[in-house]
Amino acid sequence: MKHKTFFWFFLPTGLAMLLFIFLPIVSVISQSLHVPVDAVLVTVEECGPFGCKPSTTIDQEATQLLRDANPLGQWAGLEIYFDRSHLAVAEVGELWRNSESWGAFFNRLGNLPFYRAMAFTLTYTFVATPLLIIFGLMIALAVNTLSSWIKGLVIFFSLLPFIVTPLVGSLILFWMIDARGVVGSFIQWVFNDPTLSLKASTPLTWITLIVYGIWHSAPFAFVIFYAGLQTLPQDTLESAVIDGASRWQRIRYVVIPHLTPLVTFVALIQLMDNFRVFEPIVGFNAEAHATSLSWIIYNDLSGEQRLLTSAASTSVLTILCVAILLSPVLVRTWRDFNGKT
Amino acid sequence: MSETAVSQAQSRSFILNIVIWIFVAFWLILAAFPFIWTLWGSFKVELDFFSLQDWTNALFGPQTQAVHGSPFTGEGYHGAWVQEEFWRAVLNTSIVCFCVVCISLTFGTLGGYALSRSGFRYTFWLLMIALIFRAMPPITLVSGYLQPFFAWNVWGILPTSIIVLVAINQPFTLWMLHSFFTKIPMDLDESAKVDGCTQFQAFRYVIIPVMWPGVITTGLFSFLLAYNDFAVTAMLLAKENQTMVPKIAGFLGTTQTEGNVMFAVAAVVSATAPLFVLVLFFQRQIVSGLTAGAVKG
Repeated sequence: MKHKTFFWFFLPTGLAMLLFIFLPIVSVISQSLHVPVDAVLVTVEECGPFGCKPSTTIDQEATQLLRDANPLGQWAGLEIYFDRSHLAVAEVGELWRNSESWGAFFNRLGNLPFYRAMAFTLTYTFVATPLLIIFGLMIALAVNTLSSWIKGLVIFFSLLPFIVTPLVGSLILFWMIDARGVVGSFIQWVFNDPTLSLKASTPLTWITLIVYGIWHSAPFAFVIFYAGLQTLPQDTLESAVIDGASRWQRIRYVVIPHLTPLVTFVALIQLMDNFRVFEPIVGFNAEAHATSLSWIIYNDLSGEQRLLTSAASTSVLTILCVAILLSPVLVRTWRDFNGKT
Repeated sequence: MSETAVSQAQSRSFILNIVIWIFVAFWLILAAFPFIWTLWGSFKVELDFFSLQDWTNALFGPQTQAVHGSPFTGEGYHGAWVQEEFWRAVLNTSIVCFCVVCISLTFGTLGGYALSRSGFRYTFWLLMIALIFRAMPPITLVSGYLQPFFAWNVWGILPTSIIVLVAINQPFTLWMLHSFFTKIPMDLDESAKVDGCTQFQAFRYVIIPVMWPGVITTGLFSFLLAYNDFAVTAMLLAKENQTMVPKIAGFLGTTQTEGNVMFAVAAVVSATAPLFVLVLFFQRQIVSGLTAGAVKG
């Protein structure tokens, strides 16, 4: 295909991505380096019947002039990144010098909003991902042994938690685990503690969110692994049986190696997707106990005063984290492509 | 001997069979029960669905019986759809999803086709950039949208959200359609070009008739992305233009008054129903779409 033809074919999609993905990234980076121009304040002496006192007012004209002169806002450099609600460099340094033990250091680090969100985001990502892969693999192995009419049924119901809108899915579970909901009452009955509530403590909230994450994404792993099992080399399996391999040995030495590329694929996709965890926190109303990077951005933007600068800095930090997570995928794709040509 | 040994080793012991059945049943309950329970409970009053005394109240609905004279009531649905005007949100969602799917498939097929038929180095870089864009959480872009949209006075209306969702959709659509078009043999459009067609005519008359299976699969996933989006639509739509998901989130803010929780429950069931139908009819396409990425990746 000639360059010119390619250009015209690619123009609509290229333009959409340029205008609504690339330029916003540039804009986010630029916003994160500027703060809104401060209003110009004038102090005048106001004299009334009870004496004179100084009063401060905003000089609208001068403020407007200043704002027009700096449409982007005032240059702040990396100041926003280092302030208390982001990387909190000064506070972390302080903690580092004053904490006697690692435990105390991490404990107090968790009070800073950015690190608090980071702690949950990373825990969620790195606990939910391996668990959902194992669970998905178990479902795939179990379903693969069943007769075919029931397979379709299982796949149908399995797709529901994965397809359902994340906010809706988390709400459905949230209502069930409510102290007055069916699962909530059941748990109270099991532990014989009528005051037990999954929403009240931080560890229980984290566990609930991780269980939701597994419930939501295990079907994805299941479908992928199930498809992989259909292409299992029968000859290898049979020779393993003849050599006297037990069921577990066959799974360990034939099935798992066959599925390894798929496990890597699922792991990479799920690491990226779990890192953006956001809707469950809104759905489970869990922000008192667990926040994530995406949630911080949402919270900054949805308040009365839209804190664009603060949200932009968190966005840039989030993008950097995603880039680190993504780097193995990029390297792999790069290697694949160079291997092909 | 080997035949019998193989069949013996492959036939499972009775206990293992039981364990497998229990496990599958456990997963089925885990996957389906929440939906069935919420559907059932959405026809009850709040005191039954969230019952302090006895969980069986949600099953038989004595309070609902007392208030409405029947164990089932459409009160929640009436409240959500009529009183809170959920139908408006449903209408908005339909418009947004329809436009997003149509536009992103048009853009995506053209782009994906071009990427699959051009052998130059830059196609690789374009795909890599698309992959990076795909990995970025959409909410990180929102603070970049707000300022210009306020400045141009386009914030809050449906077309803005549609075009933003189309753009966010593009990287995924491109990857999927690219891998799909690579599977259509190149000889097909090459021979059309030898017969004197331009590239576009070859695309129009030779490729379009055979591309529908891949386009439908991709369209399903575009639809899901637009339908399930919360981060972008919640931030970019004004209150009167809200789609379903932000509207449901809005219900949650006003849970204090009695009955309002049931509005949210009814709205949640209403929002799940189309997805249920979608899985019912397009299960095969969804599964093939999911696995296409895996085989490729």
